[in-house]
Amino acid sequence: MSTVVSGQTIRGAEVIAAIKRSGIATIVALPDIVTSDHLLWPISRDSELRLIRVCKEDEGVSICSGLGYAGVPAMLLMQHTGLMDSLNCIRGVAMEYEFGLCAIVGLQGMEPDRLPPQSDKYGVRIVEPVLDAMGIEHARLTLRGDEVRIPEAFQQARKSKRPFIFLVTRSPE
Amino acid sequence: MMRRDECLKVLARHHTDQIVIPVYQAAFEWRTIKPEALTYLGTGAMGQASSHGLGMALGRPDKRVIVIDGDGSLLMNLGSLVTIAEAAPRNLVHFVCQNNTYEANGFHPIPGANKVSFAGFARAAGIEKVYEFDDLADFDRRVPAILQEQGPVFAVLKVVAGEPYPQDWSVIHSGALRQQFAEALAKA
Repeated sequence: MSTVVSGQTIRGAEVIAAIKRSGIATIVALPDIVTSDHLLWPISRDSELRLIRVCKEDEGVSICSGLGYAGVPAMLLMQHTGLMDSLNCIRGVAMEYEFGLCAIVGLQGMEPDRLPPQSDKYGVRIVEPVLDAMGIEHARLTLRGDEVRIPEAFQQARKSKRPFIFLVTRSPE
Repeated sequence: MMRRDECLKVLARHHTDQIVIPVYQAAFEWRTIKPEALTYLGTGAMGQASSHGLGMALGRPDKRVIVIDGDGSLLMNLGSLVTIAEAAPRNLVHFVCQNNTYEANGFHPIPGANKVSFAGFARAAGIEKVYEFDDLADFDRRVPAILQEQGPVFAVLKVVAGEPYPQDWSVIHSGALRQQFAEALAKA
């Protein structure tokens, strides 16, 4: 049984504004079709943001960590497949070595009217349970207004040295 | 061919205030040869040193960053060479110790042992300043200029294992050392 998620879809511009409010001006990214049009492309054109394009997502985890030690808050933007590919790096860098990774992850293939546990896609359904198993805090970005959590969550991640990952369940407008 | 510890001793003589990010056996050796607070050991997962180094280099353009990578490690993160070339940090020097083995994991050969060209990888990735060394005297003569050169710089050190150094993994994983590094970098 699917769960209909109704309401206004999250806005890319409002997500970017929330990222800025969190004190982050450096974005490390690989393209993700869910977040491409209204997050990554606008970020790439935003003169207030620095975009570092990487070849693989685990690179991004480590670059964010290196930037963090250098005193530069950064955020990783990627697709859930890249998140899965980066789990060992996140395990080591973010969890065991206590780095407050801030990330936004697009759930590629996610049905827009459902919640992740109800997805037909195995790869989507497992994301939240995997994060739970690793003890990583996460929240969804689906509807307009969900982005208000971003500043506090990312600031707290950096302060507590514990990662926080937002999952984009529907392509922003 | 050079002994890695002899190579690191040469590097240590020319090292001043740079951040150093060594991995695995090179980390154990560097910690013994030149124990300093600006040595970062917390790369967390195999292959990630070059990416940590890139992040630090971009975040602290006023500091030079030296990565002492392993060949097996770099094979796990070859894309980082492309990312480094694209980001073009002027303050990053990336050494890779090529001994053609997974030394920390039982001395198994790396794929392509004695055939693969890391200098070739770096050039193909778009890094312009690429060097190879297999002679200690030559390395000693040229490393001061390499450490001053505008990056990104990539240098292959063709090495064999040297004297055995203690493998204290608790040092590599030490939270206290990471904290010490963070505090030293904040003050540097």
